Amino acid sequence: MKYLDEYRDGELAQRIIREIARKVTRPWVLMEICGGQTHTIMRYGLDQLLPASIELVHGPGCPVCVTPASLLDRAIELASRDDVTLVSYGDMLRVPGTNRDLFSAKARGADVRMVYSPLDALRIARLNPDRKVVFLAVGFETTAPANAMAVYQAHREGLDNFYLLASHVLVPPAIRALAASPDNRVRGFIAPGHVCTVVGCSDYEDLVREFRVPIVVGGFEPVDLLQAILALVSMLEEGRAEFANEYTRTVSHSGNLEAQRIVDEVFEVADQPWRGLGEIPQSGLRLRSKFAAWDADKVFDLHVPNAEGDSDCISAEILKGLKKPTDCSAFGCRCTPESPLGAPMVSSEGACSAYYQYRRHDLVALK
Amino acid sequence: MCLAIPGKVISAEYEGSLRIGRVQFGGVMQPVSLDFVPEAQVGDYVLVHVGFAIALINAEEAELTYRALEQMGMLQGELPQSEETIPLGGAHEILG
Repeated sequence: MKYLDEYRDGELAQRIIREIARKVTRPWVLMEICGGQTHTIMRYGLDQLLPASIELVHGPGCPVCVTPASLLDRAIELASRDDVTLVSYGDMLRVPGTNRDLFSAKARGADVRMVYSPLDALRIARLNPDRKVVFLAVGFETTAPANAMAVYQAHREGLDNFYLLASHVLVPPAIRALAASPDNRVRGFIAPGHVCTVVGCSDYEDLVREFRVPIVVGGFEPVDLLQAILALVSMLEEGRAEFANEYTRTVSHSGNLEAQRIVDEVFEVADQPWRGLGEIPQSGLRLRSKFAAWDADKVFDLHVPNAEGDSDCISAEILKGLKKPTDCSAFGCRCTPESPLGAPMVSSEGACSAYYQYRRHDLVALK
Repeated sequence: MCLAIPGKVISAEYEGSLRIGRVQFGGVMQPVSLDFVPEAQVGDYVLVHVGFAIALINAEEAELTYRALEQMGMLQGELPQSEETIPLGGAHEILG
C-alpha cells in the first residue's frame, strides 16, 4: 500500500537505529504523546531496538483514556431512556464508568450502537426520526473537525433529533501541564502527527520556546517514529531545543484551514477535566451557544454526580509518563482487555492495551 | 482514535451539501467526506480519519523524506562501527 509500506522498511529502520546509536552518549527520556504512536512502538518493538540509554515513556494522547468517568455515567443514563439511541465509537463502549460500561447498559436493553464515523451517527438520526439519537463523541484535535461537521450538518439540515454528548481535549495544554510539573523527567517530545495535520505547528513552536524542550512532529509508521527519535537525540546531544517537523508528507506549518474553520464555528475553548490528570485550564472544546439545541448536556435534564471512582488503576501515573503499565500490580491479571480496571487497557490507543497486546507473554510471565 | 490511513480517491461527487469521495484502501473502498480537502482530485492520495479526509498527502515531500532516509548512514556504513552501536539482527524480520 502506497505511503505505508515504504515506512515499514526494515533496512531503512536499521539504518536510522544505527545513526541514533552513533549519536547518543547519555541517557534521555523521550515521550510520544499519541497512543497510536505508542502502539507502533510496541508492535514493532522499537523500544527494544533502540540503545538502552533511550527511554520512551507514553503520554496522555488517548482520548478514550482521558475521558472523565462522569461523561460515561451521563451516556449510560441517557442510553437507559426509552426514547434514546446512543451511538459512539467502538472503543467507548467498554470503558468503565463509575459503576458500569455502555456494553452492560446495552445488555440490560439500552439501545447502544457502534459507529465508525460521525456521518454514520447522522445517518442513524435521519433514518430514525422518532428516536433521540445521542452521539457520544470524544477526541483530540484530529477528531474535533469530524464531530464539529456532524453538528454543523445537523444544524444545516434542521435535524432536530441529533445531539452531541462530547469530551474534546487539546494536546498543547496537556504538554504544558506535563512540562511544568516538578516531577517531569521528559527531555524531548514527539508531537502527534495527525493532531498537527489539523492544527499545524505554531502551538508547538511556542512550547519549545516556553520550556526550552525539543519537540519533533512524528508520524505513525516505524520509520516515521525512528526519524523523529533521531531528530530529538541529535538536538539533545548538541544542546539545542528546537522544533522540527519530520512528518512533512501530511503536516504543513499552518495545518488544515478548512478543518480549523469548522471547529472554530462550532466549538469554543473551555476548561476541561481529564481522567487521571484533573482539570486543565483551556484544554478542551465545548459547543458554542448557537448550537445549544444539539448539545445533549443542555437539552437533557441529567443528574449524574461528578465523581471519579476509586480504583486500583494507576492510569494517572501512566498518562503522565511517571510509570509504565508493567509497574501496575493489576496488569495482565486483575486488569485485562476483557475485564479492564481502567481506560488505558480498553482503548486501541491505550498504553496498557499496547503492552498487553504485544508484550504480555514476556511481561506477565516475568511477574 | 487519531488513527488515520492513506487512501486513493477513485471518484468524488456531491451528496446534498457534502462532497463525498469513494476512497480505496488496499482492497477496500469506503465513502469519505472530502469537505476538509476541497483541492483533492480523483487519483490523489488523502489521509482519512473517522470517515473524513484531513489532508492531501504531499507526494513530493513523501519522496524527498524517503530518499533522504535512504541516503542516511551510507557513509557511516563504510566506517568501522563504534563500540556503542547495538546489534541489529532480527530487525528486518520484525519490521518487514
